[in-house]
Amino acid sequence: MDDSRHWPLYEVFVRARGGLDHKHVGSLHAADERMAIEHARDLYTRRQEGVSIWVVPSKAITASDPGETESLFEPARDKIYRHPTFYDIPDEVKTL
Amino acid sequence: MSAAALDSKALFRYVLRLGDLSLVLGQRLGEWVGHAPALEEDLGLANIALDLIGQARLLLSYAGEIEGCGRSEDDIAYLREQGEYLNPVLAEQPNGDFGQTIVRQLLIDAFQLELYERMAASTDERLAAIAAKSVKETRYHLRYSGSWLVRLGDGTEKSHALAQAALERLWPFTVELFAEDDLDCAMADCGVAPRLAEMHTAWTLRLDELLAQATLKRPGDRAHSWQGKRGQHSEHLGYILAEMQYLQRAHPGARW
Amino acid sequence: MYTQELDVRGADSPATADPGVLEQHFLARVDAEQKIEPKEWMPARYRSMLIRQISQHAHSEIVGMLPEGNWITRAPTLRRKAILIAKVQDEAGHGAYLYSAAETLGVSRDELIDQLLSGKAKYSSIFNYPTTTWADVGAIGWLVDGAAIMNQIPLCRCSYGPYARAMVRICREESFHQRQGFDLMLHLARGTAEQKAMAQDALNRWWWPALMMFGPPDASSTHSGESQRWKIKRISNDELRQKFVDFTVPQAKFLGLTLPDPLLCWNETRQRHEFGPIDWNEFEQVLKGNGPCNAERLAARRAAHAAGAWVRDAASAHAEKQRLRAGRQAA
Repeated sequence: MDDSRHWPLYEVFVRARGGLDHKHVGSLHAADERMAIEHARDLYTRRQEGVSIWVVPSKAITASDPGETESLFEPARDKIYRHPTFYDIPDEVKTL
Repeated sequence: MSAAALDSKALFRYVLRLGDLSLVLGQRLGEWVGHAPALEEDLGLANIALDLIGQARLLLSYAGEIEGCGRSEDDIAYLREQGEYLNPVLAEQPNGDFGQTIVRQLLIDAFQLELYERMAASTDERLAAIAAKSVKETRYHLRYSGSWLVRLGDGTEKSHALAQAALERLWPFTVELFAEDDLDCAMADCGVAPRLAEMHTAWTLRLDELLAQATLKRPGDRAHSWQGKRGQHSEHLGYILAEMQYLQRAHPGARW
Repeated sequence: MYTQELDVRGADSPATADPGVLEQHFLARVDAEQKIEPKEWMPARYRSMLIRQISQHAHSEIVGMLPEGNWITRAPTLRRKAILIAKVQDEAGHGAYLYSAAETLGVSRDELIDQLLSGKAKYSSIFNYPTTTWADVGAIGWLVDGAAIMNQIPLCRCSYGPYARAMVRICREESFHQRQGFDLMLHLARGTAEQKAMAQDALNRWWWPALMMFGPPDASSTHSGESQRWKIKRISNDELRQKFVDFTVPQAKFLGLTLPDPLLCWNETRQRHEFGPIDWNEFEQVLKGNGPCNAERLAARRAAHAAGAWVRDAASAHAEKQRLRAGRQAA
């Protein structure tokens, strides 16, 4: 069956409530950005789950290569001094 | 004339006009679910249908209260005779193809937007509240139908032709939307409803803008003969009601 | 919280491309209940199995809109009408989430839809049965969505990230579906004699097809082994089916309706309900395309797709025009 529809894929990010980050919720097909926003609104915010929607053409997203996970992310693993729990703060100092 | 001195029978009829418009249009959109051109449009049309049924419920409940005979929203929605439905006949026109559905939707969305925006200041508190809630829904409906009108009008040659044909077919029914009768006058005089003439000007401006974007031509006006607002309908409403009312008629008095 | 994670070495893909090693790492991650995400290495059969399962699930949601959508214009009250529209709208949404999840595995939605419309792809057999009365809408919500929930909750822990996340979303929305169905049946069961008869008749027709939704008996199920190893399928068909029966029998009793199974009885020793034999011939026939509504359902989807082609084309054409105009303005 011939289908000449060319509605590209968009990734959808929704901010559920003020103060939160936009979170990736999935993808959808749309002919243009305006339609993508409308579709995202109908698809992902039916139960009042959103105050802000971002749609991005999927091809605009650059992702890190899962095969490079080791070199991209492991070196951070042994720099545990970056984490707050690495430090023993005396109980008397309450506000740190 | 203050709202208090208002004839309740007149108010009842007026509210029915608004409620039946949403009811019949919502009913028509319900026919599309599962058959739309894309999954996304099933969602979009269902969303509008839901909003319209919601408006119908609020308005018809209110009508029942005004009448004061204990009729519920469902008694009014399901158990009237055809001549007692007061929607403009535009709402009952068939879905046809997606283009016809979008054109019908746009014409009514633009009407409801003018209506609800002004009605939020109605001297009737209940109508003001219903309008304030509904106007937000209608803005989104208009965004949806307006965007689609532009895509179809300024899309392919085929879509342009189909959209123009739909416009030609439905345009005659728009005259009824703004034809002011005694009831419309009375409602406007006491601040319950906005003046149709004012609404008409704004509606025309908005339509002209959208039609231009959609590269569509506004059809010429034709003589007006439809009076759905007075209970005189096209052949279509009979079929719509037969389907809609069937279960209630087959099981009188049953609760669902 | 952070310090615990620092000591665990995840089984991420190493620099070597040896498939044996890659598969070991993949299995270790699955065993450790870690999620596999798009573009990460996975066995070819894992990918194809998921595409098949996710797309079948998506097709089922889409086709499932038809037997219920059938009753929107005839819903007997405005409230029921609104509830039904919302439910069917959710189903369209579920189809969309699932097609999206499938697309992360490298297949396009257009391809999947072609497979459905050409008759190549399968979808849940249950939607090939007709909804001849209003009570059928209640039976579907109560039994079919009930069975679906039972199937879907374990899938929320499926090893493939996008599918698991789609299932979490779907399960959240699905519980409303079952409740509205049960509520509908309750009103009928407590209504007029005709309404009660309508409800009983619907139950008689939908009970056995609902049990078949869990798939063939474990003994004859072909894909289960790998599917369970890879944590796609987490609980067996028979186990889920048994659970469903045990949950539903008291619900039917509450409604005052009789399940159409003369062999149904409580087994005190095994603490479960024993039930009668399922007609697996009927199941086979329906899967093959010979159910009461297979042809109609597909025909409806084909018609909608064909009738909508000019609309989709118009949207694409308009978008293209906008891009060209924007390009000219920028130039």
